Amino acid sequence: MKATCWMGKKHVEVRDVPDPAILNARDAIVRITSTAICGSDLHLYNGFVPTMEKGDVLGHEFMGEVTEVGPEVRNLRRGDRVVVPFPIACGRCNMCERELYSLCENSNPNAWMAEKLLGHSPCGIFGYSHMLGGYAGGQAEYARVPFADVGPIKVPDSLSDEQVLFLSDILPTGYMAAEHCDIQPGDIVAVWGCGPVGQFAIASAYMLGAERVIAIDRFPYRLRIARERAGADTLNYEEVDVLEVLKEMTGGRGPDACIDAVGMEAHTPGPAYAYERAKQAMMIETGRPFALRQAIYACRNGGTVSVAGVYGGFIDKFPMGAVMNRGLTIKTGQTHVQRYMRPLLERIESGDIDPTFIITHRMRLEDAAEGYQTFLTKEDECLKVVLKC
Amino acid sequence: MQPHQTTADGDGRLGTALGWFSIGLGLAELAAPGGIARLAGIEDDDRNRNILRAFGARELAAGVGILARERPTGWMWGRVAGDAVDLTFLGSSLRGDEASRGRIAAATAAVAGVTALDVICGRRLLHTKPEPGARSGAVRVATSVTINRPVGDVYAFWREFENLPRFMHHLESVDVISSRRSHWKASAPAGMAVEWDAEIVDERPNELIAWRSLQNATVSHEGRVTFQAAPGHRGTEVHVELRYNPPAGAAGRAIAWLFGEEPGQQVRDDLRHFKQLMETGEVPISEGSLGLRQPAQPLSHPPAAR
Repeated sequence: MKATCWMGKKHVEVRDVPDPAILNARDAIVRITSTAICGSDLHLYNGFVPTMEKGDVLGHEFMGEVTEVGPEVRNLRRGDRVVVPFPIACGRCNMCERELYSLCENSNPNAWMAEKLLGHSPCGIFGYSHMLGGYAGGQAEYARVPFADVGPIKVPDSLSDEQVLFLSDILPTGYMAAEHCDIQPGDIVAVWGCGPVGQFAIASAYMLGAERVIAIDRFPYRLRIARERAGADTLNYEEVDVLEVLKEMTGGRGPDACIDAVGMEAHTPGPAYAYERAKQAMMIETGRPFALRQAIYACRNGGTVSVAGVYGGFIDKFPMGAVMNRGLTIKTGQTHVQRYMRPLLERIESGDIDPTFIITHRMRLEDAAEGYQTFLTKEDECLKVVLKC
Repeated sequence: MQPHQTTADGDGRLGTALGWFSIGLGLAELAAPGGIARLAGIEDDDRNRNILRAFGARELAAGVGILARERPTGWMWGRVAGDAVDLTFLGSSLRGDEASRGRIAAATAAVAGVTALDVICGRRLLHTKPEPGARSGAVRVATSVTINRPVGDVYAFWREFENLPRFMHHLESVDVISSRRSHWKASAPAGMAVEWDAEIVDERPNELIAWRSLQNATVSHEGRVTFQAAPGHRGTEVHVELRYNPPAGAAGRAIAWLFGEEPGQQVRDDLRHFKQLMETGEVPISEGSLGLRQPAQPLSHPPAAR
């Protein structure tokens, strides 16, 4: 089959690799019909995630048709149309029983690697480094899905691939980021980053009752989409002093909750960027946390900072003094996608949200390399690339 | 987390020096992999640069680990394992045409020298562990896991010794001879096979199993596993403790480690597999976990489904 393989920094290739086979009794094989490139795939593409090997199959946002199931998978049958969640979860451990699926204690066969860097291991993730499992990903024609009796959700034929594909990751991720904000009547939420997750965080904050959402980015087209499609007020951080303007917009209080939908490769104007970028290149720190620092400073006393952006290792100059003295709450985590798929599918069916508004590029799987480059450089106002198989 | 304590003894100082050496080398490998590659005489291409960066990250982690830990034995053995990888890498580079053999030989000698220091330091730190009643050179491994199943189920599965090879990687078979005696067969480091008889020395249903190897064992050892209910209905805590004397004494152990068979890690992995089997009914595997440096892509000859 054809599969998108990581071949080194800023180098992916669609190559011929063997078809996947059932390896365990709870596996299923899915023939992929649609898959997407995630913003977090760009961290792999840019070489910021350790334990990648040349030839790794990428991709963790995918859906398709079940072609084969292992003997212990009783809820799926050949021909079922499913969306596959990116965290691999067993459904039986203490964490899964608490619906903290991305913290599954059993799904990472390389847990010892993650323990070295993180202390304990989170779940395994499709196509996202050996430290997080070493699983072949879904930017391919077929994928093996472990614990298929827990993860994949069947979707009705009345909905198109594009309407349901983002249930695999970014729609639940934006939603969980907003849910972490514990939004109360009158709350103002600020969102750093107007990429796909930021857009869904904005839309979700409104679904959960936010009075007003303020979105922060530097790309005019992304701010325009946040304004026109997700309903946010927008700030371009290259044009205004974000902290001052946020104070002004909230009567001096600061936003009740702040969402970091940027993560470890943030940007900022001026020499601070060069300084942190250099430290990152030398691996003295793995993240450039400009957005996170600003979100912490901006947040009102006693407010919540919700971190949806991906961080890999260590960051410097974390303003813990602000967090502690002003009683902020930080909530974060890889998304417990399995928990959100069904309620969000219902919201799509009822028309509460149409996730297709973020799609700007549709390509064939064979053109994945071009897709990565376009998404990275944000050429042609790229916001989301969907690959069709 | 234990507070950092400076040890005044020589092993502590040797360990600290090796820790700083790790950090320095790690930073150099990360910041200037090209320069290090040329210095070591290996080809300065993207692959080697990436490998050197990875080595650098590993050195940094080992260095920080050694300096930050009160008793850095584990991290010291991490250094030994890392040295083994470096030696393997330099050895494979020696076969490359474009490599400068003299420089590689020098670099290999340097790494081998540091390896020797690491082994000495690791051994001494290991020996400083209080081991009342243990013979000199014995290795003690203690580790634990929580399994989301009732104590009775977890105990019963383990007590059925024929089940053990299902989650113990190196164990090939266990044959029960009598109520107290059993015959064990395992694959050992460097492709050797070992067999021994063991007897149960203490047993309390749903609580504890303790055993020891009998006279014929190549690897003389004793072990105990305890089972207790975890608080708040979290299942069962399983604690395993093993003491053993490796073949050919401490030298054999060092060799075993150089082959990448660090026993503490192996016991931890086996216990994790036990948990996986008890909770999910299978030991999850990924395409990339089936071999060292195996890319995460489907295999052309997958193992038979389990």
